[in-house]
Amino acid sequence: MNFDISEEQQLLQQMIRQFLEKECPTQRLREIFESDTGFDAALWKGMVELGITGLHLEDSYGGAGLELIDLALVGESLGYGGAPGPFFGHALAGLAIQLAGSEEQKRAWLPRLASGDAIGTVALGEANGIWQPEEWQLVADGSSVLTGEKLNVPFASIADVIVVGVAGGGLVLVESSAVGVDIQPIEGVDRSRRIDSIRFEAAPCVPLPNGEAVAPRVRDAGLVLLAADAFGGGSRLVDMSVEYAKTREQFGVTIGHFQALKHQLANMAVELEPSRALFWYAAHAFDHIPVEAERAAATAKAHISDRVMQIARDAVEAHGGIGFTWECDVQLWFKRAMFDRAFLGTPAVHRERSAQLADW
Amino acid sequence: MDLSYGKEYEDFRREVRDFLGSNWPPGGDADRFPTKEETATFRDLATEQGYLRRSIPKQYGGSDQPPDEIRGSILREEFSRLRAPMDPPGIGMMMLVPTLLERGEEWQKQKFVPPTARGDVIWCQGYSEPGSGSDLASLKTRGELVGDEWVINGQKIWTSGARDAHYMFCLTRTEPEQPKHAGISYLLLDMKQPGIDVRPLKQMTGGADFNEVFLTDARTPKDWIVGKRGEGWLVSRTTLKHERNSIGAAAQSNAVFQGLIQLAKSTQRSGRPNIDDPAIRQRLAEIEGYVRAHEYSGFRQLTKNSRGENPGIIQMMNKLNSTNIGDRVAKLALDLLEEDGLLDPIATPRAGYRPSANRSWITQYMYSLGIAVAGGTANIQRNVIGERGLGLPRDVYAERSSGK
Repeated sequence: MNFDISEEQQLLQQMIRQFLEKECPTQRLREIFESDTGFDAALWKGMVELGITGLHLEDSYGGAGLELIDLALVGESLGYGGAPGPFFGHALAGLAIQLAGSEEQKRAWLPRLASGDAIGTVALGEANGIWQPEEWQLVADGSSVLTGEKLNVPFASIADVIVVGVAGGGLVLVESSAVGVDIQPIEGVDRSRRIDSIRFEAAPCVPLPNGEAVAPRVRDAGLVLLAADAFGGGSRLVDMSVEYAKTREQFGVTIGHFQALKHQLANMAVELEPSRALFWYAAHAFDHIPVEAERAAATAKAHISDRVMQIARDAVEAHGGIGFTWECDVQLWFKRAMFDRAFLGTPAVHRERSAQLADW
Repeated sequence: MDLSYGKEYEDFRREVRDFLGSNWPPGGDADRFPTKEETATFRDLATEQGYLRRSIPKQYGGSDQPPDEIRGSILREEFSRLRAPMDPPGIGMMMLVPTLLERGEEWQKQKFVPPTARGDVIWCQGYSEPGSGSDLASLKTRGELVGDEWVINGQKIWTSGARDAHYMFCLTRTEPEQPKHAGISYLLLDMKQPGIDVRPLKQMTGGADFNEVFLTDARTPKDWIVGKRGEGWLVSRTTLKHERNSIGAAAQSNAVFQGLIQLAKSTQRSGRPNIDDPAIRQRLAEIEGYVRAHEYSGFRQLTKNSRGENPGIIQMMNKLNSTNIGDRVAKLALDLLEEDGLLDPIATPRAGYRPSANRSWITQYMYSLGIAVAGGTANIQRNVIGERGLGLPRDVYAERSSGK
């Protein structure tokens, strides 16, 4: 029995944390948050140099050949640091091409995605709460021409290649520079991870041969990464609130003395900490326990994103009046939690999926 | 990560299964209730194999095994599969024996450990008092040395098993002039004496698992003290080096949750099974998130404990996690019961009364609160998590009264 992360994995997390503390302190994060594009090329280059873009891709394509758990641990650390940038969509695009692509497609894209020469993203969302592969309605005509719309595509504006989910549950590749691809920003609440809508007008696309089988796997990996990111953000919110309770004074003592606040903080920690094992398990199951993988991912995403949203609300309260201001850093992670909760479907969606998968 | 136990441990599991296969149930008859003698013989045999009394040295009747969280866990899994008896349940094996082994005099170990480990001697714990719950160290039960005997006066409460117990281990104020923690001694005393009056405490469920114990000039020999005079608080806090049951609490939560799913399948509303109701499905799936988080956190702790590492704050959360899950399960169960939620859980079935198959859920609805309170209320757990886990300062009033 070894249900723990390795020393290498701990080092990787530490490295990312230290990098973000140095290169993306909240002052910098705020500037990016309030910028037009939400993208800082130098910061992204630094993250690429840490090796996070090729972690899960095979060695023969310039990757490190690791597993979803490694990617999820990176996601947790990025969530903790509130890191802005395209990691989430980029990681999923690489995974989709690796699992569903032809040899030619893999050779064309994976080395570039691993090295950070190209940026990838995934277009999974459509209007009316559609996220799941079996719900997709965008039609790829003759498998080579797309007409229609995808919504809530992370950082499509800076992506070179987009993996698009299409009717029938398959996946196609679109180059963002192709004719008939119109990318427009959406005013998203989490300004560290921007989203765009994409209007396709007879845009050329190529199918990923194994797309139908792989699309649910890509969704599951996405759920795990969102859960991991939410967990990391939740940890940051708990830490910030505890720190505030240890420094802010009222009635002549630090407010952490008062049981009402102490219990609120303890409850936040109790809601969060056990769920660490939930995203670990889901990530581990993705590569090692196929029969449980889909349900474990759904449970992890529903549970953690829901818990962390409440923790974010509690964190505002724990900070008192200042917690409600733009100036207080809580808002940055509050909004990150909103992204993680809504993206790929709300907790209710995944609880119902989980119930169906259990044959309830 | 690897969720299997590995070859060495799977070999061990096979060995345990073989042993159980030839020794339990007695005579291979699973339908017959085993006799006391059969249970005792089985426990001795299992001890010879190193499966029971693992943390007790051989000279006190144990099997003297090095602590091994994973072996402990495998033994619990395999024994419970066949309902084979493990070490005698109760506070004696759980708390008194490890405390004596660590802090007791040689004669105390010889006299008390072997019969307790065999299950021949039963103990109860005299800690809480009517005025000393969360602030246990404020306890007032007095112990005075008169000649060669301690004479004890006071009242203990929430004493599980006091009616059956042969002995009590009891926190007693023997040094009233000392600051509160330093005035307490850890005394052992015989329950079968005129100075002790045990009164069952009826719970809101109707059952009576606890008692009040009134001590009026109760007596115990001078040397039935563990540690020195005034060291009782420290003795009661002795860090115990035995195998933790890291995944036991979660296994129980999981069992109750599985029962809840069955209840949702077997009950109906407007002629449709509750399990088909979208609102019920949402609540079940939400509870499952907590159950799985608790379960997998057990794996995490088992891994850390088996390496002798500290699992950190998660270890302080086990009780609160179980409490919170019990609470959510109870609320959903009561909704599933619908009008059966009007029924008294302990009513004796009488002719003409409509029976319900689900009375035990009504007991659970109330009993889950008993769990929330027993062994330190949920609010005390939150203090521990806040102060020891998150490093928040101690409550000003608690700080002031601790004499520090």
